[in-house]
Amino acid sequence: MPAPEQHRLIFRHIDEVGYSNDLACYLANGGYEVLRKAVQRKPEELVDEVKKSGLRGRGGAGFPCGVKWSLLDRKSGKPIYLVVNADESEPGTFKDRYIIHKDPHQLIEGIMITCFANKVERAYIYIRGEFPDGAKILEKAIAEARAAGFAGPNILETGYGCEIYVHRGAGAYICGEETGLIESLEGKRPYPRIKPPYFPAVLGLYQCPTIVNNVETLCHVKHIAGMGGESYSRIGTPGNTGTRILCVSGHVQRPGYYEFEVGKVTMGQLLNEVCGGPLPGRTFKAVIPGGSSAKVLRFGERYKGKRKVGAEMVDFDWGVEDIPMDFDSLALAGSMGGSGGVIVMDDSTSMVEALGNINAFYSHESCGQCTPCREGALWMKKITARMVHGEARPEDGALLKSVADQIAGRTICAFGEACAWPTQSFTAKFGDEFKGYAQAKKAPRPDGVAELV
Amino acid sequence: MNLSAETLRRIDEVITHYPVKRSAALPLLHFVQEDQGHISNEAVEWIAERLGLQPINIYELVTFYPMFRQKPIGRRHIKVCRTLSCAIMGGYRTCSEFQRQFGTGLGEVSPGGEVTVEFVECLASCGTAPVVMIDDELHERVDAAKARALSDRIKSESGIAAGTR
Repeated sequence: MPAPEQHRLIFRHIDEVGYSNDLACYLANGGYEVLRKAVQRKPEELVDEVKKSGLRGRGGAGFPCGVKWSLLDRKSGKPIYLVVNADESEPGTFKDRYIIHKDPHQLIEGIMITCFANKVERAYIYIRGEFPDGAKILEKAIAEARAAGFAGPNILETGYGCEIYVHRGAGAYICGEETGLIESLEGKRPYPRIKPPYFPAVLGLYQCPTIVNNVETLCHVKHIAGMGGESYSRIGTPGNTGTRILCVSGHVQRPGYYEFEVGKVTMGQLLNEVCGGPLPGRTFKAVIPGGSSAKVLRFGERYKGKRKVGAEMVDFDWGVEDIPMDFDSLALAGSMGGSGGVIVMDDSTSMVEALGNINAFYSHESCGQCTPCREGALWMKKITARMVHGEARPEDGALLKSVADQIAGRTICAFGEACAWPTQSFTAKFGDEFKGYAQAKKAPRPDGVAELV
Repeated sequence: MNLSAETLRRIDEVITHYPVKRSAALPLLHFVQEDQGHISNEAVEWIAERLGLQPINIYELVTFYPMFRQKPIGRRHIKVCRTLSCAIMGGYRTCSEFQRQFGTGLGEVSPGGEVTVEFVECLASCGTAPVVMIDDELHERVDAAKARALSDRIKSESGIAAGTR
């Protein structure tokens, strides 16, 4: 079956010739019209639209956005904050970069609608430190929006006001975890907070009710407010509504960003048709479907079971190529849609070395608060680095697994799972390669095969 | 502390963005590092004083967040992405090429003080791997040849003879 056409909602103007990131261009393309209409409605109606839309968060967990908003403690009398998670740092993910750099007003319009709907009067955009230009672009866009009455005091003569500030991170991955992000925004080390009691909706920034939403999620809010929740929910598939930006990197002919209705494109269509297939003379070996912490999928393996289609349960029997790219299908295949970062590896890649690379990342980024994660991530890195640069033993795969198995579920935040899943899935699916690595290493390295550790 | 008038103005302004002064710690660290090149002990104490905090409250940030440094670096900062998507497209080769071009090790200041070459984690531009940031500018698809060209440019901008391999 041929791949469907892309459905560019969020990335509609990305790469459009002549489209610039200033306010004049945004207005010429119908910008801020949705906000104009939104501020004439009751805030509660806008929250209902988002609930009806079925929008799920695009940062990684896929939590329903409307539910997140409805959990806000609105009776405390404390101010409510919106924190925009622009700390895009899950390896393999690069969608927010383009929204921020090329279409910042779309994000600001989404932020203002979200703030109005939730009676927020102050929003912070927490942008990763490695986007210095992005921070400047956002600051300029906010100033433009403020001068035109789309942000700041007395928005569009309604009497409602809301300020947006840009806050730069400083290179720590853990700041993408929402409670770590809040700690960081408070000027501290970004140690994630324990839940309960510190659910941001109740005890967030400065112990006030706080919404933390991903950049892409907030852009979707703009389109939901524009077309209505019902219409939006008809895009995509039931339970996985709207569009999704898929970021493809690694060993394919045409890496890049592609926006599809959620669940309408399969992994095979995405990689073989949209991205042009493997590099010349190569075959696909493995793919990580939702950012580097998602469990790896091995080409050739089958996923079987029952899934819900409408009201019925039907059997499914998929290869990697058959998996629809939505949250629920990827979960049925034992992995996750996560942040939409698809990392492809072909048959030139050593899975031991690829895992060594990933382990070095998680070891570097563990915040160190919980012992199983701090020590476990470090030891997984040390073991894979020794396998690559020193002596590899047949039992190392089992040793790695035993370390990983003691991390997940024993930490304050989901980083424990994020660092354990790669090791658990790589050793389970490529166990032979781990057993035989000592032997394989003796062969001369083929030309052009990249070093990974 | 000898901060420029512009840095002092930015500091005064950014503090007003937050209901709690402590929140301005990261912005102040960024501004001071941009002004001074690194964060000295004196800077730690100055920022703490400015925000009504203890020096440890600032020092623990400097030691945690990878972008802050306690020592000066070269005049240009070359940051090569080390993470998976860049690595499988040749990021390690790119990094070695920069090191060879400037005769320097990872994280060191090159002889003559021209550059510091570093590996950093994911720069969120995986679709154009391998990527490199030189100071604040992102460079995409930097293979070894492009690394040589970028190195030549840095050398010519600073007056070092180009083409030393």
